[in-house]
Amino acid sequence: MSVAKTGRRGWAVRVTAATGAALLLAGCASDGGSGSGGSAPDKFSLLTPAENAIIRDELTTLSKNQCATAEEALPLSSETVAQSDVVQKITLLASQDALPVMFVAGTAQVKPNGDLGKGKLIADYEQTLKDLGVWDDILPAAASTVKSAYGSMASLPFQYNIEGIFYNKKLFADNGVQPPQTWDELVRAAEKFKAAGVVPITEAGSQGWPITRLIGMYIFRSLGPDAMLAIQKGEAKLTDPRYVAAAKAVADLGAAGLFGEGITSRTTDAANAQFLNGQAAMTYNGSWFLANLNDPQQNKVGAENVGFIPFPTVSGGQGNSGQWPANAGAATALATRSYTPKVGDWLKCVAENYGSSVLQNQGVISGFRTNQQVSNVPPLTSQLQEIVSKASETVLWFEALMDAKTTSDAQTNAALLLTGKMTADKYMATLQADLDQAR
Amino acid sequence: MQSVLGDKKAILILLGPALLVYTLVKLVPVFWSLGLTFYTGNPLSGFEFIGLDNFSRFAEDPQARSALWFTLKYALVLSAGQIVLGYALALLYVFVLRRASTFVRTVVFFPTVLPTVAVALLFNSLFATGQQDGPVNSGLEAAGLSAVDWFSTGTGTFVVAILMELWRSMGFYAVLLYAGLVDIPEETLESARLEGATGWRLVRHVVLPLSLPVLLSSVIFSVNNTLKVFDTLLALNNGGPGGETTPLTLYMYRTVFNYADYGYGSTIAFVLTVMCLLVTLAVFRSARRDITRA
Repeated sequence: MSVAKTGRRGWAVRVTAATGAALLLAGCASDGGSGSGGSAPDKFSLLTPAENAIIRDELTTLSKNQCATAEEALPLSSETVAQSDVVQKITLLASQDALPVMFVAGTAQVKPNGDLGKGKLIADYEQTLKDLGVWDDILPAAASTVKSAYGSMASLPFQYNIEGIFYNKKLFADNGVQPPQTWDELVRAAEKFKAAGVVPITEAGSQGWPITRLIGMYIFRSLGPDAMLAIQKGEAKLTDPRYVAAAKAVADLGAAGLFGEGITSRTTDAANAQFLNGQAAMTYNGSWFLANLNDPQQNKVGAENVGFIPFPTVSGGQGNSGQWPANAGAATALATRSYTPKVGDWLKCVAENYGSSVLQNQGVISGFRTNQQVSNVPPLTSQLQEIVSKASETVLWFEALMDAKTTSDAQTNAALLLTGKMTADKYMATLQADLDQAR
Repeated sequence: MQSVLGDKKAILILLGPALLVYTLVKLVPVFWSLGLTFYTGNPLSGFEFIGLDNFSRFAEDPQARSALWFTLKYALVLSAGQIVLGYALALLYVFVLRRASTFVRTVVFFPTVLPTVAVALLFNSLFATGQQDGPVNSGLEAAGLSAVDWFSTGTGTFVVAILMELWRSMGFYAVLLYAGLVDIPEETLESARLEGATGWRLVRHVVLPLSLPVLLSSVIFSVNNTLKVFDTLLALNNGGPGGETTPLTLYMYRTVFNYADYGYGSTIAFVLTVMCLLVTLAVFRSARRDITRA
């Protein structure tokens, strides 16, 4: 092999390698595609959680009907991300200046002191919709829920969920049990069902959050609607006896076997099936469960046999059952830098049409006003819709004001709480330590 | 050939591209991560220099300590199981089944090629409890015992994880060790037998010393792999209940990607790297001593 040849090849190799390295680095720097960048977007790019198709399905429907004009000017382009990867994906996209126009984000990220909020990377929908003249299309209760959860109007209420206890009317009648109004009545009812061989309360224990919801609701009923705000402000601690009592009350349900066997590994599908097949008497769930309840294929007990009651009151408590737990689905933010009049057209169309469209097509209650007549709404759905439209005061969920790590620990340790492997004191102390670390 | 390898330019051309790619995709991120251990934050919020705070936080973090302890326990138990079972199977192939071992080897090896997540889901169903009892709990109940909620306790999940990983990996270690055993010359074994060494004595004094190099490779391989366990425990019970079966890798993943703290996550990664390095060095050292003694 001659030196000259080697040299030339050497150069070739070096040039190839350098090009490769440059490409690699460029690839790391930006995806160059659908991202907003600094310039006007050429697509209405939408990133939604893979597990929940409601928003993307409805926007796709709108793009073919009421929003066809907006679609023509700025075509909708939908992508999905696994719920568990949301924080990671948004962190990377935002740091590369490649955020989609509208995207799901972590709760902690969109708050004013969160990574997206602090950097002013996301728009305030209130101002935007007011400028567009469609702010009145957002229900006031939904707007207030969004603002109290995220600190500002950082998300649109594509879903407006209220939560409570769904119960099997037939099982209640067969066992001579009245729908419980207080926590003590709930426990007594559950014990009666257990004795009758029915799963008293089913929850998706493997998910954690259905259990922490119960703890949170007990706290709100016992200490009033501002109880978790006091924790966030540092005015109270989770280790205070009345907070610990809430964890203890839920732990006691677990210890008494009132969630049935295998609660800690029960999946969402398994829990839903238990209720829908008539094996469980009660389940604490949200209005999103209506989709399953209204489907005769899934609901073997029949929608007419399902009742809905608020979370019971706690004796001597400062909260009441008129304070409905509400949430507005996952935070769906709008990238400030990609906002253009064409995006504005989309938002205007969505604000005016989404509410009635999603209720008509998917039976989902949203925080948008229903501007068109909706036909054939199932009775249970209209019962919940009425509650939503009349609710004057709502409360958030247990982890709403917590950071990501505290939220995760609250949910993963719930299993240990139910099986008695972790005491209520230790459970709350762990969470308080997380909160202190986050400060 | 000698002239090519004697030429520095030629060496550069031959090694350069691979070295460049290796540096870019392996070394740069490693050192980058090492640098991040002195910072807190993420690419979005920016990084703040905090010196050695991440390390002192690690020392005081009860979750990190429990993850570290669990990782060590898991690695120790699983590696011992993998090597012992693998070696026993390899002896079975060589000395008992001999030429008929092909079929058994294939069957035992088969679970190795299955994806971990699929195996984890399988074991999740096998040990399920509640309204749809898995075969294990049904069997317990049929035998007059009460069903066990395996996944509601750390110990239960640990037992299932170990059983699952042994089932999945023993075939692999059996084949690896089998390759070492078939290398032992038949004449050596024959002469040992003539000297009167049979059964356990043959294994202890002849087979074991002669298969030591491959056994040590297996130990390094096994310990390093089990220290880095991730998918098994994530898929089986999400590192739960609580954090009871969360290894360091999973804790690192959550810290970086769910809690967006790249600095502390890198610190956990650094601890894990040091652990793997120490184990490898320790095994190598003991290997060298043993070989000189033999």
